[in-house]
Amino acid sequence: MTARDLILGRLRAALAAPAPPPAEVHRDYRPAGAVAADLDVLVDRLTDYRATVHRCADADVARVVGEVLGGRRVVVPPGLPPHWLPPGVTAVTDDGLDAARIAAVDGVVTAAAVAVAETGTIVLDGGPDQGRRVVTLLPDVHVCVLRADQVVATVPDALARLDPCRPLTWISGPSATSDIELDRVEGVHGPRNLHVVLTAGPGGG
Amino acid sequence: MTETFLGMPATAPPGVGHLRGDEPFPVAARRALGDAQLRRNVGHATSTIRAKSAAVIGEVPDWPQLRAAARAIKTDTMARLPELLEQLEAAVGRAGGTVHWAADAVEANRIVTDLVRGAGADRVMKVKSMATQEIGLNEALMDAGIEPVETDLAELIVQLGDDRPSHILVPAIHRNRAEIREIFLRTMPGVDPALTDEPAALAAAARRHLRETFLSTRVAVSGANFAVAETGTLAVVESEGNGRMCLTLPETLITVMGIEKVVPTWRDLEVFLQLLPRASTGERMNPYTSMWTGVTPGDGPQAFHLVLLDNGRSAVLADPVGREALHCIRCSACLNVCPVYERTGGHAYGSVYPGPIGAVLSPQLTGVADNASLPYASSLCGACYDACPVMIDIPSILVHLRGQAPHPRGEAVAMAAAAYTMDHPALYAAAQRGAKLSRLAGPRGRGLPPPLSGWTASRDLPEPPPQTFRQWWADR
Repeated sequence: MTARDLILGRLRAALAAPAPPPAEVHRDYRPAGAVAADLDVLVDRLTDYRATVHRCADADVARVVGEVLGGRRVVVPPGLPPHWLPPGVTAVTDDGLDAARIAAVDGVVTAAAVAVAETGTIVLDGGPDQGRRVVTLLPDVHVCVLRADQVVATVPDALARLDPCRPLTWISGPSATSDIELDRVEGVHGPRNLHVVLTAGPGGG
Repeated sequence: MTETFLGMPATAPPGVGHLRGDEPFPVAARRALGDAQLRRNVGHATSTIRAKSAAVIGEVPDWPQLRAAARAIKTDTMARLPELLEQLEAAVGRAGGTVHWAADAVEANRIVTDLVRGAGADRVMKVKSMATQEIGLNEALMDAGIEPVETDLAELIVQLGDDRPSHILVPAIHRNRAEIREIFLRTMPGVDPALTDEPAALAAAARRHLRETFLSTRVAVSGANFAVAETGTLAVVESEGNGRMCLTLPETLITVMGIEKVVPTWRDLEVFLQLLPRASTGERMNPYTSMWTGVTPGDGPQAFHLVLLDNGRSAVLADPVGREALHCIRCSACLNVCPVYERTGGHAYGSVYPGPIGAVLSPQLTGVADNASLPYASSLCGACYDACPVMIDIPSILVHLRGQAPHPRGEAVAMAAAAYTMDHPALYAAAQRGAKLSRLAGPRGRGLPPPLSGWTASRDLPEPPPQTFRQWWADR
């Protein structure tokens, strides 16, 4: 008998007598679409968890990136809009760079897939403008450019928009720990600096 | 060991893993209560987290509805556990992962060890995982000549300090910053001798210490917070980024997951991802949550193994009252509100699962006889039930398990005698008159003579009234 058959047999025996009554799930909590996204709430929550938020027009993203990362070396995913990078920043495109190479740069600039206002969370799904998971992990500064139409109100809204088959990274502020006396301190293994650039989107100026 | 039919629910085997303590809870608790530093550390940490958690739960207008939905999803999951696991297995396989089934700790440890050897590695990096603590994976790996490196800060503190975890969420909760600094100075190669005990400085020391390990280790072992049956998606919630490192950088990822962690649908995550961080670390959302489905070409580990662990869970499922303990999402809110845990800390419980949830889960995983004192490690105050984000009725399960715990022979004899007496009116009246005589023996607080003195060692006997009801009635 395989372990699989053994375990499944045990579980079926455990449920045999008496069989548990069927459970109906009432989803009377706020479902996807119940609440409108509020950008000010997103900014407030991001800031509360020590992310730095910049609000600007899409055309001004390069200027903000320059202010944060000017004179430093960054890695960028292959699909990043080129006009987001200022002349003063040296950008290496990730075409399968090894981890040590990525760890050696100062920062990373990406887009995002979705953001959750209520929890101050940005979600990356590995799209061409966000890149492999490793590029947003090893550099110490992450600049994430977010369009207003990517912001949703709640966690149910975000899950409804995301594709579970893609590798997903939900990011709420910089790397942190509560492991010393349950006191939250920012800055452990992931990027210690998270900058979110919130724009109205390419059409919105 | 008793012979059982194959396929019957089985408890976790003894001699492997960390579900059984070396001594009963009252003995270990008495010693812990004498450690003033421990009580200060745990009391400070739990009061901090209670305040944070209450504040962010207060922001969620539909918290009661989310809790009720979570309970219903988990109840439904347990009722359909075999088919959901088969569905999960198929989905993970379709996405390029390999599923292994482990009936107990011994089998899980062997599967993981073989996978690590097969990958040609002699070192693995680990994301904090209760399941691998439960099965004693680190010890098994070391016996096989493989070095396990814990990467969660608290787990690292425990590992470097040659210590045992004492909390589900923060295994080093019993250590304060000064003690952690001392452990780092003693055990971390190349650490700055001027290291201060500021939490930020200690976190930075851990960052430097582990960076090279992350970049050079080819196999990682993780647990899982959730696995979605319909999509094969695994989820790990964490704070520090060590989880992302382990889930992203190695060539091979091995995830060890208790079978009860499966949820039916992708949509179900919308409930648990709202409940878990607020109940656990008191954050609106933990800094990092990683989700992956099998293998993604060009991104992350290109070999993914999921080990599904029974190790006593089928036995828990077989108990219609106790199976609710399998709903636990390991948030540790029940520990943080428990007046017993707050005073004794986690080590007194013996098992890797301490606190109220541990007091109902550990005895069921091992069989009540092997953890017979744990169902009594509670005042039944009910704070755990109120705090539980998935509404596990821990007090009721505790009472249920107390009924299964072996009771002293003297108790059974006394109960039989009481039943006989109450069945015979003349004898009962005589007994009541006898009890009244005990008023002569002294003030409240006196004890019973042996062998009944155990009952009164920590309890006052109620003072018998000056006359019995029957005497009062007869005098009217």
